[in-house]
Amino acid sequence: MTDWLIDIKDVHHAYATDAGPLPVLNGLNASVPEGGFVAVVGPSGCGKSTLTRLIAGLMKPDTGEVWLHGERVKSPRSTVGMAFQNPVLLEWRTILKNVMLPLEIVPTKMTKAQQEERARHLLDLVGLKGFEDKRPSELSGGMRQRASLCRSLIHKPEVLILDEPFGALDAFTREDLWQTMHALKAEEPFTGVLITHDLREAIFLADQVVVLSGRPARTQYVMDIPRDGAPKIDDLYTAEAADRLNILRHQIEIAQGRAPAEDTVA
Amino acid sequence: MTLKKIAVPLLAMIVFLILWELLVWANGWPNYIMASPSDLPAAYARFWELFIVMGWQTLWRTVVGLLIAIAFGVAVGMIMGFSRTMRDALYPLLVGFNAIPKATVVPIVALLFVGAHDFNTILIAFMISFFPIAVSVSIGLSTLEPEYRDILRSLGASQATIFWKIALPKTLPEFFGALKVSVTLAFIGTNLMEIVSPHGRGLGALFDSGKTNSDYPLMFAVLIALAFLGIVLYYVVVALEKIFAGWAER
Ligand SMILES: Nc1ncnc2c1ncn2[C@@H]1O[C@H](COP(=O)(O)OP(=O)(O)OP(=O)(O)O)[C@@H](O)[C@H]1O
Ligand SMILES: [Mg+2]
Repeated sequence: MTDWLIDIKDVHHAYATDAGPLPVLNGLNASVPEGGFVAVVGPSGCGKSTLTRLIAGLMKPDTGEVWLHGERVKSPRSTVGMAFQNPVLLEWRTILKNVMLPLEIVPTKMTKAQQEERARHLLDLVGLKGFEDKRPSELSGGMRQRASLCRSLIHKPEVLILDEPFGALDAFTREDLWQTMHALKAEEPFTGVLITHDLREAIFLADQVVVLSGRPARTQYVMDIPRDGAPKIDDLYTAEAADRLNILRHQIEIAQGRAPAEDTVA
Repeated sequence: MTLKKIAVPLLAMIVFLILWELLVWANGWPNYIMASPSDLPAAYARFWELFIVMGWQTLWRTVVGLLIAIAFGVAVGMIMGFSRTMRDALYPLLVGFNAIPKATVVPIVALLFVGAHDFNTILIAFMISFFPIAVSVSIGLSTLEPEYRDILRSLGASQATIFWKIALPKTLPEFFGALKVSVTLAFIGTNLMEIVSPHGRGLGALFDSGKTNSDYPLMFAVLIALAFLGIVLYYVVVALEKIFAGWAER
């Protein structure tokens, strides 16, 4: 059919509320190729989290279709990994056991020893070596988010869905975690969807940025980010990056209704 | 460390007994107004066989009532925790039932099941103590952040798996908090039945016989024995909490 790993076709969705149906997604289209990494930005409350729930199969759209790897998504599937702004680690488990949780649900060919080795390897990769046997409450917010990333990847998902995973962290920790994301991407073959409020984060991590309009959301603007060489934080301070950020900022203002809409090349 | 843990409450208890003794002595209260700790050993020595038999009756009936309250409370809590409709339907019923003073229910139950003393006592202990458990479990389950659910649901986990792996352990601290309240309530229930509807069983009946015989030291001795049983059961719950929900301690 297509070579898209994630293909979202003309999706409409409305929530039933006391005040009647609340349209949230209004003819949204997006496609991500295998191995691609898309950042989705848009005004607060426009429907970004709703979009992630549709991709994960946690909800079905009213109309339109969501396809993953050539299959229509109708219910959750074990080839998806998710991480949220809240790391939601289980307080009664050690970090290692938290990371291994998905393997208790998803069928795996790995032996117990291999599972544990993979968990330890991922923790090492994100800089949590030595914290395997600690409880979540003994870790800082940034460290918990790192553990949460490991958990979302432990079962080798095809699709990684990140809903503002770094939103609650301070600027330095966030930049650290961006580097961690690149390190993970270099080792793990996943296709990513990242919801974010941070335009710098979007252009630093993604190879495509999708701007959603205000609620009800549709695709308003798409920007491709060329990727070459090892990414460095310094790349964010080039003239090229400044141009991109300006364009995106302007698009967000349009989405928020603070700037007049003009014909945009979507 | 452990020595200190035992010594401190023990010391507090001794201080309490001394103050009590002093209070009675300073006021010159006779036995029939207020017994003093020094009267108690004599009461225990005279009725020690009764204390063991009656104490055991009170204890086992309280524990059985409590166990039924746990089973019933957890079941009702789960139903209310998982279904909004059931929560809306059952909450007013439960609150209304809980608002009825159980002392008024005791004679009704005693008439309803005449002669079934053990059954009646267990029933009242159960009725008075299941409410906090049901409420805590339902609140624990219904306030589970959706992300916790989604983490497993997005992998295709069943509702049962989500319950066992996340909802249940996450509710345990609240459950044990409620259980500590329920232990005390269950004792109140048992003793209500034993005192209000005397049938010669349990510490409540012993208390009642102390009253009819104007044996004030005996009545106080029963109170202390009840407090002792209450403390024992309470610490059993605390020990269970340490084992199953110790992670919640900070
Ligand atoms: N379960 C629900 N029932 C009713 N309305 C909902 C529900 N979930 C979300 N909404 C509404 O739908 C809209 C979109 O929500 P969504 O969480 O997808 O937005 P978002 O773009 O992720 O917002 P944010 O940037 O603040 O995270 C919001 O106005 C929200 O109030
Ligand atoms: Mg959101």
